[in-house]
Amino acid sequence: MHEVDMTKCLILSVEEWAEKKNKKKIVVEKINLKIGEFTCVEPISLINTFNAAVLGSWLDSSEITIETIPFEGKCSKCNRLYFPKKENGYKSPCCNFNLEEIISGRELKIASIDFKEN
Amino acid sequence: MHLPISDKIELNILHQNSHQAEKNKVKFNNYNLLCLNIMSSPGAGKTRLLEITLEDLSKKFHSAVLEGDMTTNLDAARLEKLNIPVVPITTGRACHLDANMVSGGLKLLEKKINPDSLDILLVENVGNLVCPAEFEIGEHFKVALLSITEGEDKPLKYPIMFREADLILITKVDLLPHLNFDINELKSNIASTNHKADVIEISSVTKSGFDLWQDWISKKILKFKNI
Repeated sequence: MHEVDMTKCLILSVEEWAEKKNKKKIVVEKINLKIGEFTCVEPISLINTFNAAVLGSWLDSSEITIETIPFEGKCSKCNRLYFPKKENGYKSPCCNFNLEEIISGRELKIASIDFKEN
Repeated sequence: MHLPISDKIELNILHQNSHQAEKNKVKFNNYNLLCLNIMSSPGAGKTRLLEITLEDLSKKFHSAVLEGDMTTNLDAARLEKLNIPVVPITTGRACHLDANMVSGGLKLLEKKINPDSLDILLVENVGNLVCPAEFEIGEHFKVALLSITEGEDKPLKYPIMFREADLILITKVDLLPHLNFDINELKSNIASTNHKADVIEISSVTKSGFDLWQDWISKKILKFKNI
């Protein structure tokens, strides 16, 4: 259940960000995340963990949004981009090459925070 | 109340952990201490691997272990018999070590021994093929074990772990004659997710492959120390 520890890291980062903005005057509405498909994160678990973790805290009214970033690789033989599939051993469909370069899908990012100032 | 503002920050969710991991790495570097993060599923043979490895390694290099375990100190107790500094880190409910836990372990190690006198720190992570893969601890290299009893498909099912590893040790290969297991299929699945990793077949029963593993460690230490 690493989403618990990820949530802790996420909340600490948001707090650090808020301290720089004058936390007492801020109401966070949305924390917008970008999560790659080739990570160990289950988005629903992260949302549920966050909602439970912030109950009664200054982030109680905030919500998480998650943009899923597709897992995309680049064939090292012909340079074509492709979507690696587990069923195909992540190999490129064009040249049947092993997955070498990952273009996207490893993202674990806080993209932006929507907030209001009192 | 004003209209909502959107602040683009583009910060890694695990920034807090990564930041502490960087601090750990600076400490390891200052101590001239190579750190390996040893990971696998439960029962793949991490502790037995360390027992055998440290018997020989300790003759050439000054070694210490941070031993991650969820609820007990059983593994740490086994390694303490080798008369090397061992610090148990009991993670409680957490299924992986994080950079803060390793920082705490390093502080306890500093009370036992001056890390300046050490060459290598082996960190045995909690047995799990998912969570430890995303949490850096400040290690220089990641070593993943995969026992043949787990099946050929594990690199495809847990690709992050095997993608991130610098070295993959295929363990329990003495059992090959007794199992319907295709080691070439396993190696092909490893290459599918990680074409760069070194791969060594190893057995803690027959000790086959330990020469290659010890050689891998020795080279990494010597290169790290610029010897």
